[in-house]
Amino acid sequence: MSARTFKTTDSVDFIVVGSGAAGGVMARELSQGGFDVLVMEQGPRLGPGDFEHDELKYGMLDGIVNNRERNPQTFRKQPDQVAKRQKSLTYARIVGGSSTHFTANYWRFHDIDFKERSLRGGIAGTGFADWPITYDELEPYYTKVEWEVGVSGLAGASPFDPWRSKPYPMPPMPVKSSGVLLEQGARKLGLHPFPAPMAIASQPFRGRPGCIHCGFCMGFGCEVMAKSSSLYTMIPEAEATGRCEIRSESYVFHIDTNAAGRATGVRYYDRDGKEQFQKARSVVVCANGAETPRLLLNSSSGRFPDGLANSSGMVGKYLMFNQGSRVDAVFEHELNEYKSAQVTRILHDFYDSDPKRGFYGGGGIDARIGPQPTNWALTEREGVPRWGAGLKAHLETFPRAMCASGHTTSLALETNSVSIDPQLKDAWGVPAIRTTYRDHSDDLSMARFLQERSAEIMEAAGAQQIWKAPVTERTGSVHLLGTCRMGDDPKSSVIDKHHRTHDVPNLFLCDGSSFVTSGRGQPTMTIQALAFRAADHIGQMARRNEI
Amino acid sequence: MSERPTSRREFLAATGGIAGSLWLSLHWRSVEAAAHDAHAAAMSESMPTFKWLSAVEAADTDALTACIIPSGETPGAHEARVVVFIDRALSSFFAEQADEFRSGLNATQRKFSAAHSGKAFASASAEQQTAFMHTIDSSPFFTQLRFLTIVGLLSSPKYGGNFGGVGWKVMGFVDQHAFVPPFGYYDRAYAGFKPYPPLAVSGVKS
Repeated sequence: MSARTFKTTDSVDFIVVGSGAAGGVMARELSQGGFDVLVMEQGPRLGPGDFEHDELKYGMLDGIVNNRERNPQTFRKQPDQVAKRQKSLTYARIVGGSSTHFTANYWRFHDIDFKERSLRGGIAGTGFADWPITYDELEPYYTKVEWEVGVSGLAGASPFDPWRSKPYPMPPMPVKSSGVLLEQGARKLGLHPFPAPMAIASQPFRGRPGCIHCGFCMGFGCEVMAKSSSLYTMIPEAEATGRCEIRSESYVFHIDTNAAGRATGVRYYDRDGKEQFQKARSVVVCANGAETPRLLLNSSSGRFPDGLANSSGMVGKYLMFNQGSRVDAVFEHELNEYKSAQVTRILHDFYDSDPKRGFYGGGGIDARIGPQPTNWALTEREGVPRWGAGLKAHLETFPRAMCASGHTTSLALETNSVSIDPQLKDAWGVPAIRTTYRDHSDDLSMARFLQERSAEIMEAAGAQQIWKAPVTERTGSVHLLGTCRMGDDPKSSVIDKHHRTHDVPNLFLCDGSSFVTSGRGQPTMTIQALAFRAADHIGQMARRNEI
Repeated sequence: MSERPTSRREFLAATGGIAGSLWLSLHWRSVEAAAHDAHAAAMSESMPTFKWLSAVEAADTDALTACIIPSGETPGAHEARVVVFIDRALSSFFAEQADEFRSGLNATQRKFSAAHSGKAFASASAEQQTAFMHTIDSSPFFTQLRFLTIVGLLSSPKYGGNFGGVGWKVMGFVDQHAFVPPFGYYDRAYAGFKPYPPLAVSGVKS
């Protein structure tokens, strides 16, 4: 069946705002469940033939991400400062969203991530809280992501992994030299490295080809459809139902409500910049942890003066980025890390928080390329001359280099937030995002702790040279989490455990904004598991006429 | 990839999304022209003419970039035609840095010539150039020049630098579309993943 086209006057069953990791799953699940679904996407629709190995375009010229001229933002560290124009939150603005350009690390969260506050106790001055759901409730949906979106990995390989109902559908990606070195170094130290779960087809899968190891995953769209982006997985399956339209270059800026306090549809700018109104029976916002709170805050009205679904005042609060660290290392022989997927080995020995460290936090370490040549060469490293024969000699070590990267927790702080800048507007005249963010000191301590462990592993693996990149306060991220948190209490959360907003019965939110805690650094797997689970409950509620 | 023509649509995407930016719509003609010039430069054996730098500025910029990534047994910034990249970049997608670059370059030229009885940087000896570089290598202009030199050395040849992919050759990066394992030295003899005995966990987890 071919994709459907709706009229703006059709009252579709569901508008899904955003076509990324969560929006793609939502569209596919609801349309396969028999509902009419219209997906609104800000950006254009591109295909595998449109993507290139072009570092300048994707890395510096905002090739497929939110454009700093047309979609400007402001940033400040603390609420008492005036925010300055600066890009802080980055996401891909195309059909498939950031799942199109992600690195595709697909760890599941562990049991502990959902109930850590109860087990460990609260942390003064933070919004550290339990999730209203458990790992056991989410497990079937993690399995669904692995089998229906497509994840490669080795079940049971990590002794720290949570339980699972099924193995992975595909074997892990072939190991790279960085993975072998991380594994050798870590095993020497008594640690437990294991094959990285990646949302990349290691062999042909559900009509898509296996990876050809071109090496351009992180920040790039896949040119052969081996990366399991929504663009290549969920979106075409949603369209194949004949009940789903993907309306690209359609920028939703306001959710309208009626006197009864129910959502009636969305206002958006079409590709010609003309304002339109689309009717709907229900709205599901999957616009990411930056754009979802922005849309709600920009949808204020007489009935909802502080923004839609914001009676708690929590919309936009508790923004979490994930901290992290990086260790660069050079070895005697060639690794050629620019080939194939970023990551092939990771370890979770330091996943749980440990009171003996003296601070809260946990994380994982992975072996990776780091950036491709241009950004690798631009990185200044201590002791390396900034110009001349010494710089050139350093550039020549590129094939012998790798990176051991730490991925860590961010504590939820009420002062870290997405809000609306009082002055700045984007090219469409829509009020822009203002980010306020400053890491908790425990987040920095944890990142430094994992950096020390990473350096020890690289030394044990026989590195000739090691550089520790300074761990500093983050001023931006591609992990956009926690800004419309899930919870049982309408006073302290925005959505309930089924992703329905506490305030508007036919308005649902599902994406990184739903997170209560940050996890340990790789959120997209959990975003998609939440989306499968949310779609399941939303579909059931719709069938029971409970929306 | 370098054989692929730079189409209008590709260049639109390159300069800020298919929808295009406000800047782009205002400067479309010059951007499009720059794209075609850059692509022509990437294909041309002979040195292309400069669009934005004057002949003197181009000669000095070329010599300055060659101090950052020198030639030798392997090619450097000069052979990679980084100066062509800088000329094209500052007259199109990096236009917002153009004024800063020109004023920094001209001040550097004046500083050199004042100290070397009117001589141009490009015509000085290697020793004179190196000694002078040490006097400017913490200036904002140097930082900008270094950035543009590295980006020009390693960006796709369609932007005018990295001529013939020589920048990638210096780095040991192979511009190929598909690879098969083994990828490097250390994964060649990998014996396969050995599972952990279940007991291993209790000893490690605190």
